[in-house]
Amino acid sequence: MANNMNILLVGVGGQGTILASKILTYAALSQGYAVKMSEIHGMAQRGGSVVTQVRLGEHIDSPVIDEGEADMIVAFEQLEAYRWAHYLKGGGVLIVNTQKIVPLPVLIGLAVYPDNIIHRLREKVSRVVEVDGLRLAAEAGNARATNVVLVGILARFMDFPQEVWQEALKARIPEKLLELNKKAFTLGYDYPGVVAI
Amino acid sequence: MKTLMTGNEAIARGAYEYGVRLAAAYPGTPSTEILENLAKYPDIYSQWSPNEKVAMEVGIGAAIAGARTLVTMKMVGLNVAADPLFTAAYTGVRSGLVIVSADDPGMHSSQNEQDNRHYAAFAKVPMLEPSDSQEAKEMVGLALEISERFDTPVILRTTTRIAHSQSLVELNQPGERPLKPYAKDARKYVMIPAHGRARRLVVEERLQRLVEYAEGVSVNRMELRDREIGIITSGISYQYIREALPNVSVLKLGLTHPLPPQLIRDFASQVQKLYVVEELEPYLEKEIRALGIGVTGKELFPPYGEFSARLVKEKITEASQAKAVPFEAPVRPPVMCPGCPHRGLFYTLKQLKLVVSGDIGCYTLGTMAPLEAMDTCICMGASISGALGMEKAQPDLAEKVVSVIGDSTFLHSGITGLMDVVYNGGHSTVLILDNSITAMTGHQDNPGTGKTLMGKPAPKVDFAALARAVGVQRVSVVDPFDLEHSKEVIKAEVATKEPSVIISRRPCALIIKTHEPPVEVHDCTGCKMCLKLGCPALSFNEEKKTIQVDGALCTGCGLCVNVCKFNALRKAGVN
Repeated sequence: MANNMNILLVGVGGQGTILASKILTYAALSQGYAVKMSEIHGMAQRGGSVVTQVRLGEHIDSPVIDEGEADMIVAFEQLEAYRWAHYLKGGGVLIVNTQKIVPLPVLIGLAVYPDNIIHRLREKVSRVVEVDGLRLAAEAGNARATNVVLVGILARFMDFPQEVWQEALKARIPEKLLELNKKAFTLGYDYPGVVAI
Repeated sequence: MKTLMTGNEAIARGAYEYGVRLAAAYPGTPSTEILENLAKYPDIYSQWSPNEKVAMEVGIGAAIAGARTLVTMKMVGLNVAADPLFTAAYTGVRSGLVIVSADDPGMHSSQNEQDNRHYAAFAKVPMLEPSDSQEAKEMVGLALEISERFDTPVILRTTTRIAHSQSLVELNQPGERPLKPYAKDARKYVMIPAHGRARRLVVEERLQRLVEYAEGVSVNRMELRDREIGIITSGISYQYIREALPNVSVLKLGLTHPLPPQLIRDFASQVQKLYVVEELEPYLEKEIRALGIGVTGKELFPPYGEFSARLVKEKITEASQAKAVPFEAPVRPPVMCPGCPHRGLFYTLKQLKLVVSGDIGCYTLGTMAPLEAMDTCICMGASISGALGMEKAQPDLAEKVVSVIGDSTFLHSGITGLMDVVYNGGHSTVLILDNSITAMTGHQDNPGTGKTLMGKPAPKVDFAALARAVGVQRVSVVDPFDLEHSKEVIKAEVATKEPSVIISRRPCALIIKTHEPPVEVHDCTGCKMCLKLGCPALSFNEEKKTIQVDGALCTGCGLCVNVCKFNALRKAGVN
């Protein structure tokens, strides 16, 4: 990897963005990269919008990714993809889990959840991977493994060897959930939607 | 060995490696995880105190007794703890005393954006500012060293981006954990005016020695590169400068109180154009200007919010970059969780159209739509005392005002307000929302939960007995999910012309391990009454024109069942 890589993981409190980022940083560190990661928590369990920023490369200064500077965005939810899309670089990859989690202002009728988000994203972003992560995770054995399905897709765009990811999963996931999550990772890694872009 | 650590984890690690024996804190974002991590090291005694002032005093006592000590808090916590700090600056310490102040530029989770660097100058104590996790760890050691060498408390000031960002930290083996012998020294530690006047001179003399020290300490370093632009900075801004302008010269200040005048002059003389880049207030800038040095700072940079590498680049090179236009996305604010006990109570307060004097905690979310049942929220404890002021100023309000305060916040600084209400004949009704945990900061124990930070069982404060003991005659307990009873009790107590306390008791939904099955919907009329609860598990299906329950979120608490007038929402299995 010649240059630094900036990855944003965005979602809703409780979706497992933090575990996903821990798998990613473990893999990057074992590949010898410098890594910095920034997240704002405190409100994470209250269903708010959450973002984790991961930067890796030969040398990293700022732990924060500026607008228009992300090489990849992994969005765990459609509206969050929409909210953060302008952080993507030209030519960057946007992975969108098609799950919709309706925010409270929409639930109580004070705001509207935008229509056709994926379509609108595709109009501005050339490389969009759309995935029903919930379905793939359920196929692996538990819908809660959606985060690891998304890590599997992300892995396709990184040049780390497969073993590194397997090691990272082993290090970051409890033993009894490991097999299920390995399956979830593989379903993401082999996801046909990746090939199209 | 190098490990990825947040600044907070690194500070805890530093305390472990550099011989800290005791640590005390009250939780507060972004400082909380320091003590949570420190509690994992069994060699160190660590504790939650009821508030920051108490934690500071425990820390001062421990340092005077001879142990290396760490006290941590968020920036507004230092307001609470300022009183002991200012005098501890006079007494000095026996063993090292480090006070972490975690500031929150951008107000991610705070009620104001105060710049606590001013506290170091105000209290006349040294201050260190790390720029990443490695420095955060090392600066715990340096702060302890300075504290002991100069006989003073030392502030270690972080910001959210230092506290919550992860970077690599080299781990070392812990050193010894020395305990100095105690000896009485009343002239030094009893601050009557006669002793204080003598110590006052010591403080000034110490500051002079610290200035000399600051000139040569390695954390204040000149990085000379291209001489056209020179930037003086500290903390996280250093990273933004290195990212944005890798070729400029930088004077990186790690010890930011007192400042090294000669080093600053020296740096200024070696560069053509001098800038200062600092988040929040022009703290460094004013000091630099006072030295008679021309510098550009707040003319370019805002005194609020967080900076970024892009901002630094744009302001200094005056080249603005084209920005992508964001999509218009509806906000996703934090909300009370499904099954949250606060929801029922705020629903009732809204129905009764009461004036609600609020406080700091999860329940501050009661101000958000659709509940919108809060009139004020200022600081920890202000709900009760503020309500007394309201009713004394506007007698009409006495029949309408209630104060709402959580269990942990009540113990932090609500009890003094309650005494004031009783002592000065207030009529207001105090609602203590006892969810048996300090929830907002991520579930820490407190004197009401029956457990300590280190996991030991502890006596529980009896809120009802405590209220009676300060003279409240009318004390009642309600279940916030029992809407009818809660409403009756609140109505009755508000109407009574004497102080009353209502304890609304139900544990936080996040600490309950087992939940009821999700609520079921039968023959919904689509009246949307239940949406007024603002529960994230309830939504309206526009096609079917009925309410739907998100089974993955619903805890089966049944609050919506109580609100539904048509018996359409039912507990699982109930017909």
